[in-house]
Amino acid sequence: MPNLEHPAYPADALLHLESLVPCRESQVSMLLSIFGERQQFSFPSVFIYGHTSSGKTYVMQTLLNTLQLPHVFVNCVEYFTSRLLLEEILIQLQSSSSETEQTSHVPCDTVNDFVRLFKQAVVSRGLQDQTLYIVLDRAEQLREMEANILPAFLRLQELTDSNVTVVLLSEIVWELFRPNVGCFDPLTLYFPDYSIGHLQKILSRNHPPEYTADFYAAYINILLGVFYMVCRDLKELRHLAALNFSKYCEPVVRGEANERDTRKLWKNIEPHLKKAMQTVYLREISSSQWERLQHDDGEPGQLKGLSAHTHMELPYYSKFLLIAAYLASYNPVRTDKRFFLKHHGKIRKTNFMKKHEKTSNHLLGPKPFPLDRLLAILYSIVDNRVAPTANIFSQITSLVTLQLLSMIGQNDQLEGPRYKCTVSLDFIRAIAR
Amino acid sequence: GCFVFKPSAKKRRLSHGTAHDFRNRNDKSEDAELRFFTCQSLWNQIKSETEKVQEDLNKQLLDNLVSFLSRSHLKFQEKATEWTCQMKFREIPTAALVLGVNVTDHDLTFRSLSDLLQNNITPYVALLEAKDCPGIKNLMQKLMGQLMNCSIDADSLEDEDYVQVSQSRIRCSMSSLIKWYKSVTEKTDSETPSQKRTSSTYWQPPPVVVIFKDMESFTTKVLQDFIVISSQHIHELPLVLIFGIATSPMIIHRLLPHSVSSLLCIELFQSLSCKEHLSTVIDKLLLSDQFPFKLGEKVLQVLINLFLYHDFSVQNFIKGFQLCILEHFFSQPLSVLCCQLVDLKKRINSLSHDQCENIRRLPSFRRYVEKQESGKQIALLTTDNFLKEETERLLEDLHVYHYNYISVLRCLHVFTSSLPKYPLGKQIRDLHCACLENQVWETEEYESSLQLARMLNKSDLVTMLQQCVEILLSSSGKEFDKTVEKLKEFLTQFQNLEEAFQERDGSISSQKELQKKTDLYHLQKTLLELKESRRSKKLTKFEMLRFEVVDYIDCLVRKYLVPADHRTLHEILYFNTATVLRGHLNAAPRTALHTALNNPHWYLKNQVLKCDGGSISNKAPDICIVYKLHLECGRLINLVDWLEAFTTVVMAAEAPDADTASSDQVDDIIHARFIRAVSELELLGFIKPSKQKTDHVARLTWGGC
Repeated sequence: MPNLEHPAYPADALLHLESLVPCRESQVSMLLSIFGERQQFSFPSVFIYGHTSSGKTYVMQTLLNTLQLPHVFVNCVEYFTSRLLLEEILIQLQSSSSETEQTSHVPCDTVNDFVRLFKQAVVSRGLQDQTLYIVLDRAEQLREMEANILPAFLRLQELTDSNVTVVLLSEIVWELFRPNVGCFDPLTLYFPDYSIGHLQKILSRNHPPEYTADFYAAYINILLGVFYMVCRDLKELRHLAALNFSKYCEPVVRGEANERDTRKLWKNIEPHLKKAMQTVYLREISSSQWERLQHDDGEPGQLKGLSAHTHMELPYYSKFLLIAAYLASYNPVRTDKRFFLKHHGKIRKTNFMKKHEKTSNHLLGPKPFPLDRLLAILYSIVDNRVAPTANIFSQITSLVTLQLLSMIGQNDQLEGPRYKCTVSLDFIRAIAR
Repeated sequence: GCFVFKPSAKKRRLSHGTAHDFRNRNDKSEDAELRFFTCQSLWNQIKSETEKVQEDLNKQLLDNLVSFLSRSHLKFQEKATEWTCQMKFREIPTAALVLGVNVTDHDLTFRSLSDLLQNNITPYVALLEAKDCPGIKNLMQKLMGQLMNCSIDADSLEDEDYVQVSQSRIRCSMSSLIKWYKSVTEKTDSETPSQKRTSSTYWQPPPVVVIFKDMESFTTKVLQDFIVISSQHIHELPLVLIFGIATSPMIIHRLLPHSVSSLLCIELFQSLSCKEHLSTVIDKLLLSDQFPFKLGEKVLQVLINLFLYHDFSVQNFIKGFQLCILEHFFSQPLSVLCCQLVDLKKRINSLSHDQCENIRRLPSFRRYVEKQESGKQIALLTTDNFLKEETERLLEDLHVYHYNYISVLRCLHVFTSSLPKYPLGKQIRDLHCACLENQVWETEEYESSLQLARMLNKSDLVTMLQQCVEILLSSSGKEFDKTVEKLKEFLTQFQNLEEAFQERDGSISSQKELQKKTDLYHLQKTLLELKESRRSKKLTKFEMLRFEVVDYIDCLVRKYLVPADHRTLHEILYFNTATVLRGHLNAAPRTALHTALNNPHWYLKNQVLKCDGGSISNKAPDICIVYKLHLECGRLINLVDWLEAFTTVVMAAEAPDADTASSDQVDDIIHARFIRAVSELELLGFIKPSKQKTDHVARLTWGGC
């Protein structure tokens, strides 16, 4: 690995930076060479993409902070409208300059205002001769704002006529961003996923103070062996590592094994981790519950996960309504007569029918059906007479609000409403019992 | 209706005019006021009782939630420096609150929850509903509005104007929320040393609780965004989420992808199932001797069916109960006597002659009179004072009957609820209905349950008897002293049996020795003999005793569980007009519409409109004629034919011998009437214009003719 080198920055700062961003040295040096020296104009906009937790945000933040480059860091999910976003950028610009109380709040509705206010802010901070970095995290949200926001950010250097670079961070590729009308193409940079070796290296870095680094590294090795197949998210892995570490240490604490006895430790932890994969990782049971379990040495079987509680109590007619809706959704209309009428005559098997029956209706998904059909099926599957009371109708609407049915196309008041059944066969089976 | 949100409680009974309503609509005005006040005080009693019951039921759930909240953020504060806590991803503590499908009842739970939280834990509670939050922006606005308002309540009112000014132009973003939170908590911190705070019960720092009332209805995007945003600020803002879930906790995984749900630390809380809730309410409200007012069998059945078949809503059940009370006091003039025993004498004495006549008209009273000897009959029918004395005695009897009825019902339930397959129903309410309906001992189910009871084993029987003794001892009726004694006697007999049994153990062991013989032939022989002897053997002592017990229970049932409508004067205390209730609570709009159009006499009460069978009267309103005609058509209706038919019907009476000349040209007025009627029908949703054929309309209903 080449050491980071750049004439503009002091060597010790670079060294420190390198120690903070393991496995991302090449990306950092690339960024450094794009940024150039403080006073030099940089590329107007840079687009960085990579999978979840490939270190995009972290690298940008550490880079800008360690080298003390002037910057603004905004998360686009948090500032969900363009106005909030633009104002937040201005506020951050102003607040970092003057340490006085929060500067008067200036409304900024349009990009035009933004450019004007931005120029003022830059001048007031005395940043004319330095590159200012605006980092927009989760930049895919920009696409949902007004159409001019994204192109404006891409050309911000040109529009404000000042030394500014916009960095966009996103999990999706640039091609999905590109607006139809011509816009400035940013420089794209890809952050690849961490490999298993990288993960091992990064995770082993912060070991608990009371244990040695080797011991922790061995633990991480086991952990990755179990979880690497399903999860490559660094944050999640670190979380899991912290959750299960106390269990791993148990034999050592009890004095049954020493720190080098990896095989014994492995035997102890491996089934435990597998259980964790089925429960905590899927958020079936919460991490605090998991910790309590570990603490009490209980079996995870005692605690039922979220998915175990599928049973649902429904009123009598709601059950039948739901079953009727399911039948209406998955049976073709022409079989209704055959299934629900007492005297339906002979069943004629035609080739035409067979051809269609081959593809299972369950693979095709639910089909919409009108209200009248639902009621007709309901009347035929309930044994005794059902009066079409207001209660029945209100139950249909409440099933819609519970998201067990969904309503389709309600623009025409006179056209009877159409519904779809959204529950699975298993659910219906459980109800029908 | 099921999950239909009804407008807030009936204002009608609270208004001042109500007493007049009672009076004006009933010609017998004398007792109306008294009845109204009795009704009101009774309802107030019942209401406070139900509130108490529901509070008790929710207590466990709320306690669990509070302890969860206390765990959620304290841990991080205590050992924030520890390695695990630094390493661990900080999740948002989340409580998934599964409340069952009866959404209407949730409001009450959430209200008591937020009250509890605001009184004990944190002033910062926000209740969010899906309909207010179509987007993340609205959600943040709503959230901040609620949080900042409650801060005014907690603080003094002095800075109210400041808050109001800022609220109009506040930026609805998480950072301003955090700023607000910091300023608020700092303020209270600085206040602490100087003054005694009333809010000292709050935890420091108080968590911010956000309750999503109806998780299912929120859009995925809003929830996701909110969770992502707040998870980034969890260090500065101790947030706790509570999801109100009506269906099953699976919905969380359906709504949130793993990347979002991994930001949450979800714990599950389940409320009491609504069926159990109902059982408790019935147990405390209906099967108690606190209230003089009682429900008859049919009415109770209507209410229970409404609950089980349609809505699962305990609130609606109680509303229905309230309606029963109102209806009873409104429609039954004698309900003035439906009061506590202490007031009874005074009220009976002040009865007017008309009211006495009312009593004489009661069917149950007439049956009673017929059974009396002739001298007494005359006295009852002519002398008001004698009638009053007799009424008082009979009503007291009725009250006593009710006390006894409840106790014996509970005893019987102890037996029937442990039988296999529950021939008389598992819940006490089923048993109650069965007993009210008719003489329960004549039903087949009762026979079979007695049969089964005769096969109970001893330990079960003993525990049941003990339970019965407890029930009877705790009841207020005095008649049960002898019964309790008898039951205790049974118990001691069982005890003695046990001792005798142990003595006999020796003989059994000798039998066992016999069996030890390895010779197969001998063994078979002895076994056969044993079998023979068992078959022919006389009943053992235990079996005899068991029969005795069951017979005794049977005779208790026959004595005390007489259906209420066999008792004299039951009309005064029992409300039994189920049809009225059904009409009010289980409305059938389609049927009502059809009746109105098909048989206008039903609603208009105009003798002219009375018609028989399928014929169409020309006196009926135009829309009825058009409706009836359209019933005879197929899916597409030709407007011209329809108009012609309409004209024929309308003209039928006016000019029975109309010339053909006039039939060619339709009268303009008739034409206009027809068009108006058709457009009314379209408005009601029976037909709509069709594009398939010109001059045709499509029918939207099927059936008819």
